[in-house]
Amino acid sequence: MGNFTERLRSMKRTTKVNTATYAGVVLAWLAVTLLRSGGVLGRSASGLLVPICCYIVMAVSLNLTVGILGELSLGHAGFMSVGAFSGVIAAMSLTDSIPSPVLRLAIAMVVGACFAGAVGALVGIPVLRLRGDYLAIVTLAFGEILKELINCLIVGHDENGLHILFNYNGLKNVEDLHLTERGLVIIKGAQGATGSQMLATFNAGVILILITLVIVLNLVNSRSGRAIMSIRDNRIAAESVGINITKYKMMAFVTSAALAGAAGALYGLNYSNLLATKFDFNTSILVLVFVVLGGLGNIWGSMVAAAVLYVLPEALRGLDKYRMLMYAVVLILVMLGTNNPQLKTLFGKLLPRRREEEV
Amino acid sequence: MEFLSYLISGLSLGSVYAIIALGYTMVYGIAKMLNFAHGDVIMVGGYVSFVAMSSLGLNGWLALLAAMAVCTLLGILIEGLAYRPLRQATSLAVLITAIGVSYLLQNSALLIWGANAKVYSPLIPLQNAAGEPNVVRLFGGQLSISYISLLTMLFCIVIMIGLTLFTSKTKMGKAMRACSEDKGAAQLMGINVNRTISVTFAIGSALAAIAGVLLCSSFPTLMPTTGSMPGIRAFTAAVFGGIGSIPGAFLGGLLIGIIEAMAKAYISTQLSNSIVFAVLILVLLVRPAGLLGKYVPEKV
Repeated sequence: MGNFTERLRSMKRTTKVNTATYAGVVLAWLAVTLLRSGGVLGRSASGLLVPICCYIVMAVSLNLTVGILGELSLGHAGFMSVGAFSGVIAAMSLTDSIPSPVLRLAIAMVVGACFAGAVGALVGIPVLRLRGDYLAIVTLAFGEILKELINCLIVGHDENGLHILFNYNGLKNVEDLHLTERGLVIIKGAQGATGSQMLATFNAGVILILITLVIVLNLVNSRSGRAIMSIRDNRIAAESVGINITKYKMMAFVTSAALAGAAGALYGLNYSNLLATKFDFNTSILVLVFVVLGGLGNIWGSMVAAAVLYVLPEALRGLDKYRMLMYAVVLILVMLGTNNPQLKTLFGKLLPRRREEEV
Repeated sequence: MEFLSYLISGLSLGSVYAIIALGYTMVYGIAKMLNFAHGDVIMVGGYVSFVAMSSLGLNGWLALLAAMAVCTLLGILIEGLAYRPLRQATSLAVLITAIGVSYLLQNSALLIWGANAKVYSPLIPLQNAAGEPNVVRLFGGQLSISYISLLTMLFCIVIMIGLTLFTSKTKMGKAMRACSEDKGAAQLMGINVNRTISVTFAIGSALAAIAGVLLCSSFPTLMPTTGSMPGIRAFTAAVFGGIGSIPGAFLGGLLIGIIEAMAKAYISTQLSNSIVFAVLILVLLVRPAGLLGKYVPEKV
């Protein structure tokens, strides 16, 4: 035990925070698992677990773009959507060849991450040339475009492979896929993915969170991570010391998109019905709110904010119609409170140690 | 002839976008913030005029004035309570607050007026007393333009000219331009920056009220979320034309309206948003500051 405290003391601050973050996730998993086996968590509370995991991964990955890279993205839900639908297609079409649901879920998440990462790279090339609010509006635009494109997809699977139709004029329907008798329609255009298997589990969600943390925390604390943060702090200075701006921006953006895709795949396989309109501008904003309230660049802050703010509207369900109003008021008050100079100096006095370290 | 009628409907829709975009662009130019609640002020304008007409029995024009008055007050109130304390904060904090205000307005409207769509009676009735449609017929009846489309376009042009004169000739307009260039320097020259920003919000919100009435007159359904999509499109229009530039917002609004109408008519209704956004992305790739925006390179 003495050895342990010794080691704890000799750790760097970031290492301590990172270890605590991993430990926190494992403890939370343990606590929830115990509560579930004890029957304390009801059905509705258990139903929230997988979405919470998804939104935690979404918030951490968006924090990579907004907090670490310093570029405002308003289309993060678009990547989630790509991941969700590609993941659902992968999981459903492999039903016969791979019977194990766990393996199929893992494959779905990998497929979701790959597709979302690829779309992220495609989007990133034009988007990252722009700055500030222009970048924000273009990410918003891409998010909306992805939503509408997916809304036009009709996908089915039979023993001859995948059948994909792009229903851009609204005239095609499921029959035009010409599936064989054993065929299965996976995505029905505007009706979204229906009848998907619900493969997602809480344990898979926690594993995804841990993988996300390993990727993001290691990236942030690496040479590349420091390069990314230097771009955020001063782009011109970073460029002048020879940092390849485009390369590191793309690295952060594509990683963020791929993680969102994996989260999307998990999310998509948590529901039997999934609409493309679920992943609209409002979802992007929701995740952005998690990131900003959790603290920009603060990974564990994003996780806590995502968990608390996702549960909050559900916990306020007793207030019925007033809950979204309350949510809005809380949001505004928190933003006003955290940016109030008097309160800031008050907190600064309460936490003198932290202030010294920041200096 | 078909093309012309699509063009007219695009111009009419674009005029509404242009009026909203003018509000966006003025607020952005001076406060350097994306006011996401702007779209919801449109919705409030729509509801206020609806209540004024249906419950108070006012005529359409008085209802328009009532909506403008309420929205102006609302704009000043929002700016004073939510945005002014954040003047020194990061732009992201202001953005999230604006989103909070947007939720607040939508959900208040939901509580007050309910989720069901209201049927709005247009400013100019679609049919006259004799039961004939209120349209202007051109080319021997082949092309018909509704009065409301004409009125929308007229409003847009008048507002555009009015705002240009206001910002270039009046003292307040000059103060606005000074604040958008450099707030600190403007303050040193004796300009009351806070008051100038308040006035900008007031004008922007009054424009949003007009846009709300015109929008609901052309598409007569009213819901708590009525304002969000036009708000986003108008925001696109403002960026398209170069955010911060008044003629840019006008041009951007009209172009977005026309592109949307053409895309719906000739390509695909499902993908009309995507086409609008794709054009926006293409324009920004070629001109990163929008069509009429000034590109200011960073100096080292």
